[in-house]
Amino acid sequence: MAETKIKLTNVYKSFGKKTVLRGVNLDIKKGESLVVIGGSGTGKSVLIKCIQGLLTPEEGSILVDDQEVVGIEENDKERLHSKMGMLFQGGALFDSLSVWENVAFDLLENKGYNKKNAKSEAIRVLRSVGLDPEVADLSPAELSGGMQKRVGLARAIISKPEVIFFDEPTTGLDPIMADVINDLIVESVKGLGATALTITHDMASARKIADKVAMLYKGEIIWQGTVKEMDETENPYVVQFINGKSQGPIKTGV
Amino acid sequence: MLFFRKIEKFLRRQGTPMVNFTFKVGELFVFIAQSIYNCFTPPFYGRNLWRQVMDMGFYSLPVVGLTTIFAGMVIALQSYSGFATVGAESMVASVVLISVTRELAPVLSALMVAGRIGAAMAAEIGTMRVTEQIDALTTLSTNPFKYLVAPRMWAGLIVMPILVLIGDVIGIFGGYVVGVYKLGFNASNYINATLNDLEALDITTGVVKAAVFGFIISLMGCYNGYKSKGGAQGVGTATTNAVVSSSILILIFNYIVTELFFSR
Repeated sequence: MAETKIKLTNVYKSFGKKTVLRGVNLDIKKGESLVVIGGSGTGKSVLIKCIQGLLTPEEGSILVDDQEVVGIEENDKERLHSKMGMLFQGGALFDSLSVWENVAFDLLENKGYNKKNAKSEAIRVLRSVGLDPEVADLSPAELSGGMQKRVGLARAIISKPEVIFFDEPTTGLDPIMADVINDLIVESVKGLGATALTITHDMASARKIADKVAMLYKGEIIWQGTVKEMDETENPYVVQFINGKSQGPIKTGV
Repeated sequence: MLFFRKIEKFLRRQGTPMVNFTFKVGELFVFIAQSIYNCFTPPFYGRNLWRQVMDMGFYSLPVVGLTTIFAGMVIALQSYSGFATVGAESMVASVVLISVTRELAPVLSALMVAGRIGAAMAAEIGTMRVTEQIDALTTLSTNPFKYLVAPRMWAGLIVMPILVLIGDVIGIFGGYVVGVYKLGFNASNYINATLNDLEALDITTGVVKAAVFGFIISLMGCYNGYKSKGGAQGVGTATTNAVVSSSILILIFNYIVTELFFSR
């Protein structure tokens, strides 16, 4: 049995009077790709930020490689992040840097690469996500949404992280570009042998990326299983969500 | 009974703003402590510091130059019209020197830089906050305080005194131009009067004030940007707050530093 890479136990997170996570329990095995599905505002992004130590839960425990993330010291946090990569929903590329400087940021600032080697490594990784070397010297603002996602993916994988987080990787992309990004995610994750945690409400994306799917609803994990189990489950919440029906136990304000 | 009810209601209404105010003050002091700590602990990002020095210093030179030259010119005119009535026109050079070095160059330069750079800092960092670029920095094992805040704080401390020294020279030159070419002073007499009255304390006061103002401009720009929330509106509010708060603090600390130097 594969060892546990990330373990969440009874995690609670609130913002003022609003409780977003209500006792989340999750187990992600090494090398596994877990996709967390759920509607908007159910706490998916908060979950990822808690695991990365960007937000601190009020209660519960988050272990990454058996190291406690809740209340982690700043130096330990930097060490923890060195084995993580993240593709942000909006790309979160640095406007003041060129595309290759964005991709090679970790190599330049933390790994001691000189500019020449960092640039050639950035161009190699940009090629692996389907971008021409000519893109390297452009500014992020000159790229389309799909290209920005690819650059974000290149930045997330360049340091060969052990864990990669994908925050809504296909949001805002056309279906073909979304499928290209999904393929790149699968290739990158399997190629690196990394553990992946993706949050999305795009079911095509979830089916393609996931080894395992978990559904978050009202701050709780209400269902977990494989893609095959998801398609066969009779859980009314999951059935309603994956079929995109307005009728069912999940109520949305209009 | 009704009276006490009204007092109770009034006090209750003050509760939330007081808690918010206390929270904000506490948050600001924590931010200051984190900023200072990260200014002195490695890693140091020299390239970022250089960029800030150029933005804050070199590119602010035209604004500071124009502000101080006209300030010096106006002071020469105003003091001449005042002193002429008591036959003390010879004091014009001295008044220009003291006004420019102690007050006008540091305060006006700081207010101009606060409008130009403090706003830009808040807008840039605020945009980075709302587009998750600051989170991205953290996930790339880079401390945002060391990467974004520390270079700006150092730039404020280093650049403002240099800008003010340049502003001193330009402001005094402005007074000289008006004194010699408009009011008819003898050029060498004017220069001699300026040099004779020049004291180290005048320059020191201005430089110390400039360093304090530089710290305030960078601090308010970074703090408001870093804590901005929401989208474009949040960044707009942060930018406005950065300029308004740094301008007010500049005027308050101008009095405090003056009091420290000149109170007897």
